[in-house]
Amino acid sequence: MKLTLNIWRQADAAATGEMRTYALDGVSEDMSFLEMLDVLNEQLNAKGEEPIAFDSDCREGICGTCGLMINGQAHGPEVTTTCQLHMRSFKDGDEITIEPWRADAFPVVKDLVVDRGAFDRIIQQGGFISANTGSAPEANSVPVPRDKAMRSFNMATCIGCGACVAACPNGSASLFMGAKITHLGELPQGQPERDSRVVNMVGQHDHEGFGGCTNIGECAAACPKEIPLDVISQLNKDLRTALKHGH
Amino acid sequence: MAMTDASGTVFTNQPSVQTSDDASGYYTPGAPLVDAKAPTGPIATRWTNRKFENRLVNPANRRKLTVIIVGTGLAGGSAAATLGEAGYNVKSFCYQDSPRRAHSIAAQGGINAAKNYKEDGDSTHRLFYDTVKGGDYRSRESNVYRLAEVSANIIDQCVAQGVPFAREYGGLLDNRSFGGVQVSRTFYARGQTGQQLLIGAYQALERQVAAGTVTTYTRHEMLDLVMVDGKARGIIARDMVTGAIETHTADVVVLASGGYGNVFYLSTNAMGCNVTAAWRAHRKGAYMANPCYTQIHPTCIPVSGEHQSKLTLMSESLRNDGRIWVPKNKEDCDKDPRDIPEEDRDYYLERIYPSFGNLVPRDIASRQAKNMCDEGRGVGPMVGDFRRGVYLDFADAIARLGKAGIEEKYDNLLDMYERITGENPYEVPMRIYPAVHYVMGGLWVDYDLQSNVPGLFVTGEANFSDHGANRLGASALMQGLADGYFVLPNTIREYLADGPFETVTEDHPEVVAAHEAVQARIERFLSINGERSADSYHKELGHLMWEYCGMERTAEGLRKAIDGIRELKRDFWSNLKVLGTADSLNQSLEKAGRVADFLELGELMCIDALNRRESCGGHFRGESQTEDGEALRIDEEFAYVAAWEFASAHENDPNEPQVSMGTPVLHKEDLLYTAIEMKQRSYK
Repeated sequence: MKLTLNIWRQADAAATGEMRTYALDGVSEDMSFLEMLDVLNEQLNAKGEEPIAFDSDCREGICGTCGLMINGQAHGPEVTTTCQLHMRSFKDGDEITIEPWRADAFPVVKDLVVDRGAFDRIIQQGGFISANTGSAPEANSVPVPRDKAMRSFNMATCIGCGACVAACPNGSASLFMGAKITHLGELPQGQPERDSRVVNMVGQHDHEGFGGCTNIGECAAACPKEIPLDVISQLNKDLRTALKHGH
Repeated sequence: MAMTDASGTVFTNQPSVQTSDDASGYYTPGAPLVDAKAPTGPIATRWTNRKFENRLVNPANRRKLTVIIVGTGLAGGSAAATLGEAGYNVKSFCYQDSPRRAHSIAAQGGINAAKNYKEDGDSTHRLFYDTVKGGDYRSRESNVYRLAEVSANIIDQCVAQGVPFAREYGGLLDNRSFGGVQVSRTFYARGQTGQQLLIGAYQALERQVAAGTVTTYTRHEMLDLVMVDGKARGIIARDMVTGAIETHTADVVVLASGGYGNVFYLSTNAMGCNVTAAWRAHRKGAYMANPCYTQIHPTCIPVSGEHQSKLTLMSESLRNDGRIWVPKNKEDCDKDPRDIPEEDRDYYLERIYPSFGNLVPRDIASRQAKNMCDEGRGVGPMVGDFRRGVYLDFADAIARLGKAGIEEKYDNLLDMYERITGENPYEVPMRIYPAVHYVMGGLWVDYDLQSNVPGLFVTGEANFSDHGANRLGASALMQGLADGYFVLPNTIREYLADGPFETVTEDHPEVVAAHEAVQARIERFLSINGERSADSYHKELGHLMWEYCGMERTAEGLRKAIDGIRELKRDFWSNLKVLGTADSLNQSLEKAGRVADFLELGELMCIDALNRRESCGGHFRGESQTEDGEALRIDEEFAYVAAWEFASAHENDPNEPQVSMGTPVLHKEDLLYTAIEMKQRSYK
């Protein structure tokens, strides 16, 4: 198929960016979206134009590195990561607009690459269970009810891609935080630090310049791992409880 | 045939004596290599003794000691967290934008541990035995025993961190059995165990960042090792955002930089996985051991066309419930598989290996898939002259467990398959084909995980130590975490007990030289100004490696590959085209550096494969097989670790310093067993 691509080009964080238009022919429907961009980059390189910078690594939907705004939707029209989006979701003659994640807390590094370091800094403030190596008790000494273990697992599947932030009109990372709060909060091991965890993570979140949640739900709709909106209720509940406990 | 050494240790085998010399002219024979740190005594007490013998570092001294760790996967992330907890000053580097994205995250199936929760006869000794046997008697028994011994601690540690492993209704941990073994010792988190384990290690790491013991350097790529007075004392790294070439010094350097499967271009590795950190250390003197040992994974999604940028693994846990077959008749190969009646299907693994069936080890499953396709009985689209795929069929399992049962076990995998291929595996049998997945080879290390370069430790897939010629399923995660949480922190202290070492300043002549060499190389990439992208060279290298150094290797093919790689390398250094600048984010430039190193590694892999005229584990030499086509190991000649030394610089062609690698020097380390007797493997 033949496509018209409008792509954001920006030399570096300080530069002013602009949309540029590229025509691309010979795209097969078995290509992934990023393989389509690989083909475009090979052509640009041959013509002497610097290839478009974009992030990707595992290309199997698990590392969370890739993330593009495709026609205004985070990761494009399917519920999946950009790397797992295939060209069979598009048709011959389509015009596709490709932009980086847009959020104050995710500054653009170059072209389609953004800096998501804020996520790491939120985790540093409490997204863990303190258990030094060697201090762990026998693994089966603490049973975990299966339904709780499964809910914990489901929330732990968050890949930290940032689609939730990019999709949110407020640029909030509440879904990302809610997923972590719920992953650890469902487990007995996560209880001792439950109050401090939520208070400190939310504090860092606000400090990084992410916006507040107004329950719009775009985040959950864009999440490639289908983290549900109710983790934000859990987040708010844990925060209220922690504040009640005097944190 | 028992042999006894001076200390009275009785060995079950003799040192091997190589009589063949296929690689004559391609290498220089070197002095034998001995692991000076190899422990002695009864195997079950060796690690306990070593932990006691290794000196301690006073807690007050730890913060004065700086440890550089390159890589944040299971091996690097867990080591950074643990050494940070212990109070060392840790600098952690990764090329990704966050430590959480290292490729350990993509491991699907699970992690082995000798917990014997199923009371099915498992034990430390059995896991040890299975791992040595699975590695086809090409690993060190002491290292493997230690791995099996600490495996149970890993599960305890991960559960305490909040890793949500699968559980039974009573709330206790669940296990499953995994390719090649008959006990259920694999712990898992649906089909994304690696992700959950890595997030555990990542969170522990970030906790130490907050505590001030670990500093992370994301989007940083190590481009050289800094050696001062014969010791590893730091790295030269490029800040991939600003392009700045930075010098980082330390008391000790740990490489946990992963495997080099991407030398094949297409593999299940992430796009960024590369050999550069390890290769730069190799060029500075670290030996590269058994580089030809590659694991080709039998269950990947087949290639769909020339645009293919990577291959996706379907966890081999699918082989527990799926049945592998091809049509009996070539004429049926392009039919809808559902229209092929039972009697016209060849469930070839069940036919050839009745006791293990679909659960035979990975190398056997891979080679047999290739054999079926070479016979013309492959399925799926034509790739070149053949159809490169076999069916993995869930129809029986769906009848037995119901669709819901299969969904619960494998849902995310089957979804991924459908997304990539556009076919629904609940209705049409999946198509699979082998792909490069893991490398057992890597930098040589002693029992303490230290390379032959003092102060340079190597952990995880980047080292060669535990898997011999082949790795069992669910053992990569085990090794990464064993190294990082439990082994390295206990061995590195013996080295660090002599520190802190004399401060190395940035104007030290050896530091300046390393810095300048890195800069010069980058400038060279940008100034060649030729016609071809680095990616196009990478693709061509991959074709050569897959064709001649893949599932089946022959002397003739390997020699052809070496010639081809040398020619490609010459073209690369004269016709490469890299646009953009050195002082900005430049993905083409990053790629060029990685491909340059892959070109050198590829040549060494072929030389190693050429020298090893035996079939063992994942290495199958066409010249060494039994009458019925099974791998034939030759212990009398090859029961050794092949550790390769980079040819010294003066042997390089002065006119083409980047092209010629000289003749690498082969050092052999004998593999001698006390607790195990070598047997020819049989899965029939």
